[in-house]
Amino acid sequence: MNPESFIPLLLALLLSPLLPGIINRTKALFAGRRGPPLLQIYFDLGKLLRKGAVYSRTTTWIFRAGPMLELAAALAAAMLVPLGNFAALIAFPADFLLFAGLLGLMRFFTVLAALDTGSSFEGMGASREVFFSALAEPALLVALATLARQAGSFSLSTMLGQVSGGHWLHLGPVLALVMIALMIVLLAENERIPVDDPNTHLELTMIHEVMVLDHGGPDFAFIVYGAALKLWLLTALVVGMVVPATGASWLDLALVMGGMFAVAVIVGVVESVMARLRLVMVPQLLVGAGALAAAAFLLGLK
Amino acid sequence: MNNTNIILILVVLTNLKLLGSSRLGASIRVVAMQGVVLGLLPVLAHTNELSLRYAVLAAGTIALKGIVFPWFLFRAVREAEVTREVEPYVGYVTSLLAGVLILAVSFWMCERLPMPETLASSWLAPVAFFSIFAGLFLIVSRKRAVNQVLGFLVLENGVYTFGVGLAPHTSLLVEAGVLLDVFVAVFVMGITIFHINREFDHIETNRLSTLKD
Repeated sequence: MNPESFIPLLLALLLSPLLPGIINRTKALFAGRRGPPLLQIYFDLGKLLRKGAVYSRTTTWIFRAGPMLELAAALAAAMLVPLGNFAALIAFPADFLLFAGLLGLMRFFTVLAALDTGSSFEGMGASREVFFSALAEPALLVALATLARQAGSFSLSTMLGQVSGGHWLHLGPVLALVMIALMIVLLAENERIPVDDPNTHLELTMIHEVMVLDHGGPDFAFIVYGAALKLWLLTALVVGMVVPATGASWLDLALVMGGMFAVAVIVGVVESVMARLRLVMVPQLLVGAGALAAAAFLLGLK
Repeated sequence: MNNTNIILILVVLTNLKLLGSSRLGASIRVVAMQGVVLGLLPVLAHTNELSLRYAVLAAGTIALKGIVFPWFLFRAVREAEVTREVEPYVGYVTSLLAGVLILAVSFWMCERLPMPETLASSWLAPVAFFSIFAGLFLIVSRKRAVNQVLGFLVLENGVYTFGVGLAPHTSLLVEAGVLLDVFVAVFVMGITIFHINREFDHIETNRLSTLKD
């Protein structure tokens, strides 16, 4: 095993809470506020980890296991995603299916823990989350399949590493379609506007936030950290395919890191200028993303 | 990657947008945009022989499809005083999925069909067929007469796309004839919509078919 393979994983572990910080800062700048410090998520995590957890008497062991399993799934997914020229820790053909599966597993445990509380609000959030992710997942898979076909490889590490300037020159529009589809999936999977508003605390409109209302202390820290990791990983997918590989490892890494933060800024801008979609419109957006990915796949065949 | 392919992708995207769009005004604007984009196709597809013929074709197409038809349809919608919803038989999400299916079928079909060598792009024939089928689908899946006119226009855009791809083989007269036909058709449809609306106070075709006396 190459020691360099640990670089993507280490960067993900260390820097992932920075992305939500950048998003919040961008939103604050747009609104004319100073906003929370960039490292706010780290402070939050430290604070939460020092607290004790309170458990309701209706909950069972599932509720306590949920956050841990979620974080475990996120960590496992983090081992599969490459960064720039550095291959991921684990890379094998068709590992993108495992990646999608691990994201699904993570969501499954969030939903299970939410249902375990017996609260009707959490059940509502769980129902929405499952519905929307069922629509987002085909878009993600078809988009990755298109990439796999263009790169001629079924492994995430080679798939993202091999998309170069040449690909963009030949099939620019196709790759652009895939990128837009992946970007919509990123916004949907990470509960961002226009699908879900991470700041809302009105029970009737929340999706993700409502499911984690009953968690506290270290459990909530795991959830926040897991969510940050997920955002990091999906951002790495989008950036990995947009930033062409130059060949020089460290230059590539610098470019990719710049791209990651740029995507975070873009997410912040989207959240500042757009309103949340009505809930009935969200399936249309997600199926639209799937249709874009499918169109890209078909156009890429020729 | 040449300009033709970018135009063809725009055509695919506008068709998908039409299938998923719930607003009448937006649909008309999208069809207008598709018309303008397709108007540029003859000029960009045959850059090596930039002649007056293609320029005239482009100018005529853009003027008709980008300006005259939208203006006419907006006028028909305004005078018929319909609401701004599309009112489909088949829902928007299902329509989008059907669109993807149609695209796949078009690609599959064009693999099988013998194609002339001179097509400007390998995507041209599949995208043309996609427009034709998507137009047909829009005609049968929407209730409003205005939407059916839009479906007809998309269908014609598909025929036009294919025709432009074959432009060196066909004469300008054929293209001009098709354009004229479409113009008359839209003109007649616009008047019909207005008259249907005046007689029955609505333009919903499903309610017309249950009419007695």
